[in-house]
Amino acid sequence: MIEQPIIQIEKVHKYFGRVHALRGVSLDVFRGEVVVIIGPSGSGKSTLLRCINRLEEFDSGRIVVDGIPLDTAENINAVRAEVGMVFQQFNLFPHLTVLENITLAQKVVRKRNAEEAEKIAMDLLGKVGIPEKANAYPLQLSGGQQQRVAIARALAMNPKIMLFDEPTSALDPEMIQEVLDVMLALAKEGMTMVVVSHEMGFARNAANRVIFMDEGLIIEEAPPQVLFTNPSQERTRLFLSKVL
Amino acid sequence: MANPSVPQPDSHLPTIPGNENALRWDPGWLLVVSAMALLAILVFVVRDPFDRIFRFVLDGVRVTVVVTLVTFGLVLIIGMIGALGRLSRIAPLRGLATVYVEVVRGIPLLVQLYFWYYAFPSIVRDLGARWNIAGMKDFVANPYFMAILGLTLCYAAYMTEVYRAGIQSIPKGQMEAARSLGMTYFQAMRYIILPQAVRVILPPVGNEFITLLKDSSLVSAVAVSDLTRRGREFQAITPLPLHIYLMIGLMYLIMTLLSARVVSMLEAGVRRER
Repeated sequence: MIEQPIIQIEKVHKYFGRVHALRGVSLDVFRGEVVVIIGPSGSGKSTLLRCINRLEEFDSGRIVVDGIPLDTAENINAVRAEVGMVFQQFNLFPHLTVLENITLAQKVVRKRNAEEAEKIAMDLLGKVGIPEKANAYPLQLSGGQQQRVAIARALAMNPKIMLFDEPTSALDPEMIQEVLDVMLALAKEGMTMVVVSHEMGFARNAANRVIFMDEGLIIEEAPPQVLFTNPSQERTRLFLSKVL
Repeated sequence: MANPSVPQPDSHLPTIPGNENALRWDPGWLLVVSAMALLAILVFVVRDPFDRIFRFVLDGVRVTVVVTLVTFGLVLIIGMIGALGRLSRIAPLRGLATVYVEVVRGIPLLVQLYFWYYAFPSIVRDLGARWNIAGMKDFVANPYFMAILGLTLCYAAYMTEVYRAGIQSIPKGQMEAARSLGMTYFQAMRYIILPQAVRVILPPVGNEFITLLKDSSLVSAVAVSDLTRRGREFQAITPLPLHIYLMIGLMYLIMTLLSARVVSMLEAGVRRER
């Protein structure tokens, strides 16, 4: 039996006004896979990621997540509940404590009671290493801590897939590793992850597959050891020579 | 808020550095107390004719307060609907809300009040006559109802813009984060966007309230016996314009100063929440 991909992206096109941001992108991601998308800025990698939970609408093509096509509003909400998203700017809710940030959606979307939601939240805060910050407000935390809370917030919904949109790009250098460590641990547990990142070290260590995008197209995809050492495309080679 | 005239700092709350001002004695209260003292002196010490005027217009104060509060409550709700319309992704809804705001903002409030009290009922009566509907044929407008309707529709347009600006001041990522957690648009508004927007819009909302309190004097032109109209009625019987309008002005001033203090206490409360 051939396993169904958990994310199926078929010939997706996306325009921002006259800019053709995605030019027919197709990609399958399988359960438990860690896929890292790299590429120059403006290559459409964040746009593609944001299409997977439909934060970005696409103009044509098809995306199916865990058997649910992204078409009706109902389906989109169903997919979003199964897909965790971590943003470059963290996007924690500044008017809520760390604990409330992690419990709110559990309560209003998953309909868990307060006690259960808080237990899950505290477990996750332990997992990302900052249980003592439960009652702090996001702005009292460092960037690295905020991003770890954001990961815990997404995990609290028991997502089947985690999307990371340049999760370390807004961080000071000394905080990048603490976030990457959490992501590595998650990858080891078998979480399906799609990561847009400039962290080539993370891609090398954690990715099953690295995707190189440029100008709205997937130029090349390969396991990291192949793509980083022996890329088949000239454009990939050029990009890697600039970032490595 | 057991005793609103004495702003007591909540002793169990830690003082946030740089926020000590919120706990300090607010000199604005001095103005309120002075204005009230002046009123008391005029009514109880100077007495004639101020005590006569005071007693005569007192029921107008009640009308002014009730008209203002009822209108404002409706404005808060309708303004929210207007703002959601203005921000809607559905173009016809957005267009409708925009036309409403632009039209209402472009016509003087007094003219709008005249329209609802004089013109609107005549439209209803004409239609009633044409379709021969008894209830509409001899429709008589209740001045209070029409005045509140007119004030509400006008101020809801202003409030729409206040809400819209407040909601738009919250970074887009907040809505995205909420939606990506599976919340619906309304859940995201309710739990994420509006609680943050409240901090931003409270000062302009308070401003709208005080402006509305003053503008409510225009309803005196459409047969509502508010404070202003009661003053004019007194003037018709006993022409003492200086005394009357000093009194009326002072009574409005006390109400607006008091409202301003309440608004600033609410603002301090919202600031301290964090």
